[in-house]
Amino acid sequence: MSRRKDNYGNSRYYKFRRWFDGDIDLLEGVTEVTLPGEDKSGTGTGTAAASDRPAQAEVRKAAGTDRTGDISALEARRRASEETYGPEVWPQRETVDYAQWRRHAQELLDARIHPAGADAAHTASEASKGGGGAEGAGGSGASSPEPLVRGMKIFQRFYMVMSVILCALIIGVFLWTTVHLPPFGSADNPANNEVPTRYIESGVAETGAINFVTGMILDYRAFDTFGESCVLFIASCCVLVLLRIDASSGESRARSRGPQEDDRLFEPKNDVILQRAAFILVPLILVFGVYIVLNGHLSPGGGFSGGAVLGSGLILYLNAFGFAKTERFFTEKVYRRVTLCALTFYCLAKSYSFFTGANHLESGIPLGTPGAILSSGLILPLNICVGLVVMCTMYAFYTLFRKGGM
Amino acid sequence: MKVFEILLLVSLIVCAVSVAVIRDLLTSIIIFMSYSLIMCVIWVLLQSPDLAITEAAVGAGVTSILFFVTLKKIRAIRREEDRDEQA
Repeated sequence: MSRRKDNYGNSRYYKFRRWFDGDIDLLEGVTEVTLPGEDKSGTGTGTAAASDRPAQAEVRKAAGTDRTGDISALEARRRASEETYGPEVWPQRETVDYAQWRRHAQELLDARIHPAGADAAHTASEASKGGGGAEGAGGSGASSPEPLVRGMKIFQRFYMVMSVILCALIIGVFLWTTVHLPPFGSADNPANNEVPTRYIESGVAETGAINFVTGMILDYRAFDTFGESCVLFIASCCVLVLLRIDASSGESRARSRGPQEDDRLFEPKNDVILQRAAFILVPLILVFGVYIVLNGHLSPGGGFSGGAVLGSGLILYLNAFGFAKTERFFTEKVYRRVTLCALTFYCLAKSYSFFTGANHLESGIPLGTPGAILSSGLILPLNICVGLVVMCTMYAFYTLFRKGGM
Repeated sequence: MKVFEILLLVSLIVCAVSVAVIRDLLTSIIIFMSYSLIMCVIWVLLQSPDLAITEAAVGAGVTSILFFVTLKKIRAIRREEDRDEQA
């Protein structure tokens, strides 16, 4: 799903991650911040501190201009400042021994998995390192092994007991609530107030849709449905951000992993049974989806259900015949254009309808005869829009999960 | 009809519990699919065919497929595949 390779090398996050992994050192003598008084371990006089400050300012300025990492010029400038102001004393930074931390974490894990043999292992490692590793864990339990293991046991038991109690509590609350719900299908339920009465009695006359569920969703409460479509679109965008694989890096990774590990190379499995079944089923499914979308105002269904059916049909087609066939008509460009057009049309049409119709002005859109396919004003185009958005979202979900792109 | 409804509801509860209990992820997803199908029939019985269509397409179709793809990606159902290839 990518047109060009992103150059992440300059991004701050990438730099931070490499610094976190220990590959590079961001503070390599460039942006070191020194506190006054701390840096004068050797020469410690006021005049020296005053003379040292412009040097550091210069170095910092150099760091600001030479973002790309021109170390040699920086080094030369630092050497020049050293010649004029004398040798600089850089403060000692605290170094972290990650290997030691890891060893200590492994010990803690061992102590948890094998509580019996933990004593010997822990004391042995303690003796070998002179108690150096135990300081990292903090708390009272880390200083000696015995309270640590016991604390973990106590915590585990507490956790089990509390989870069971919490589960029982939630189940009890739900059951208690269910008992107090009004009976199913009763006429004097609180849900049967004036709102559904209005929808049922004058829904057909006001919206022109025989299926007044659709009339309710796409006319009285069209703004909610617009929000739903936007939620779907945002969800697909989030999946895109999370699962997208860059084209060039994905290929290089596929080459390095080999054909066995990467199923993208074997995408069409050429399963004859699946292909014959899809050959018969996919047209039926797609036609059924289109029927549901177009007949949303006449029969059960509508944009969301029809779009989901269409998306499922496309996914079946993709599974049977592979990405090469679907990419002829459904690429990222098509996805973006269709989704944007549908959402924009929905937004514009509904805002027009709201602004003109909500104040009891004439909206100017004829409702037509109820029951005809070209009736009920804006509901049919809005159904088509919602159906397109849902279809694209379902298909995009699948392709993103499958290969990290479209 | 009453017996059919009770049967559906009981199997719904059985499916819901066993999805959480069963350890094998593949089996659990298939039970989840059957849960969605039962729910779809229940929606039809509750006279809301709109929801039934959506449940069948999204719950039993797309969601389960996404689960399958994820399991395959994290190599949780790779063993089955190897057995297929050896056979």
